[in-house]
Amino acid sequence: MKPILLSTGDVLIGAVLIVADGMLSLLLGLNLHRQLSIAAIRLVVQLLIIGFVLRAVFAIASPALTLAVVLVMVAVASREVAARPEQRLRNFGNYTIGAGSVAAATALTALLALTTAIRSTPWYDPHYAIPLAGIVLGNVLNGASLALDSMLGGVARERPGIEAQLALGVPYMKAMKGLIRASIRRALLPIVNQMSAAGLVTLPGIMTGQILAGMDPMEAAKYQILLMFLLSGGSGLASVLVAYLAAWRLTDDRQRLRIDRLAG
Amino acid sequence: MIARLRIENLRSAHAGPFNLTLAPGECIAITGQSGSGKTLFLRMLADLDPSEGMVALDGQDRRRYPAPTWRARVTYCAAEPGWWADTIVSHFSPETSVRAAQLAPALGLDPALLKASVAQLSTGERQRFALIRGLVLKPAVLLLDEPTGSLDTGSTERVEWVLAESASSGTSIVMVTHNPAQAQRLGARQFRMQSGRLHPA
Repeated sequence: MKPILLSTGDVLIGAVLIVADGMLSLLLGLNLHRQLSIAAIRLVVQLLIIGFVLRAVFAIASPALTLAVVLVMVAVASREVAARPEQRLRNFGNYTIGAGSVAAATALTALLALTTAIRSTPWYDPHYAIPLAGIVLGNVLNGASLALDSMLGGVARERPGIEAQLALGVPYMKAMKGLIRASIRRALLPIVNQMSAAGLVTLPGIMTGQILAGMDPMEAAKYQILLMFLLSGGSGLASVLVAYLAAWRLTDDRQRLRIDRLAG
Repeated sequence: MIARLRIENLRSAHAGPFNLTLAPGECIAITGQSGSGKTLFLRMLADLDPSEGMVALDGQDRRRYPAPTWRARVTYCAAEPGWWADTIVSHFSPETSVRAAQLAPALGLDPALLKASVAQLSTGERQRFALIRGLVLKPAVLLLDEPTGSLDTGSTERVEWVLAESASSGTSIVMVTHNPAQAQRLGARQFRMQSGRLHPA
């Protein structure tokens, strides 16, 4: 089966619905039409640019260029992870933790998939490497930012309990165990929900896309299953890394809780 | 005789320098306005806050102890104790919980309360269990931040009796208190903290 290609006219039919939304907003005084049109324009521009860029990158098919694209994506995701929590670690701690964990988790998960299950030739073929890195990054970003937010928000709240343990001679990492565990749990809940609801509540995005593109539903399902495993692996790895790196940034060589390393 | 605790030129950005020597079983009481650095001093001794200078326990420099070992020997009990589990008993190891149940009546606490959840207890009951948490470790030095701050007269007397008891068995005590009479009852050497400096009182 060949995918049904969309013409510009087909896309314009969809745009009629956005215009209808805008009319509704005017009619009901929702005052949303400005935001709605800006969002719609951003969507079109951003996705067309990405389409163009990817087309060019796929055509050039240079490993260095593919790596550069992936690195830009990693940088954007790390910035998001760092910016999400209200608290900041001094000396750009949020950024180093975000970048380290996102890069490591994504690289490991994507490389594993590309060199074993997906087996594209060559394994760094941008057709596979870039979308795969993208979808893994999206989930890793979620897990990592939840874990970091939970660690930095929780440490101030749980400080009396943690320091009470330290004062009684409990080693730092043992005193932090409860908080680390809670943060990793919180970071992994979304992916657990996604896996358990997959197919029952919604058809997951990749599967929908591949069915629309003409793939056999069973094949599409297998692809989705593999991806979900990759995503949960990536999120798990990233949130564990984030939690332990944050715990490590909050202590010193005398196993103190250095809450003064948090600013704001 | 080797001093139990020897403090030389101990200081941080906010307090000190402190110089003090403590004999085994000796009790020191510190009074002073809030914000004068009393709590900070205790936390520096317990190595919970960074500091410079020297502290030695029984002649051995603090830097030679792993930090957790030091804190189990020089144990700090906060004015508002922190808790990290649901029930009181889960804050003790199986061995120390036996000792805790033995100590509880001397402090006017029903040992059955060990099984209660932390939230069910009154502030005064929690404060006394936090003291027990420190006592069962049999530390060489107890650092107590207002140990009777939220207790009535009867419970205060019991705490003082238990503290005198452990001092006579060799535990040295550094205590922050608002009550000079309490310092006298414990036969403590008295100091006054003023803007991060200790003065004999």
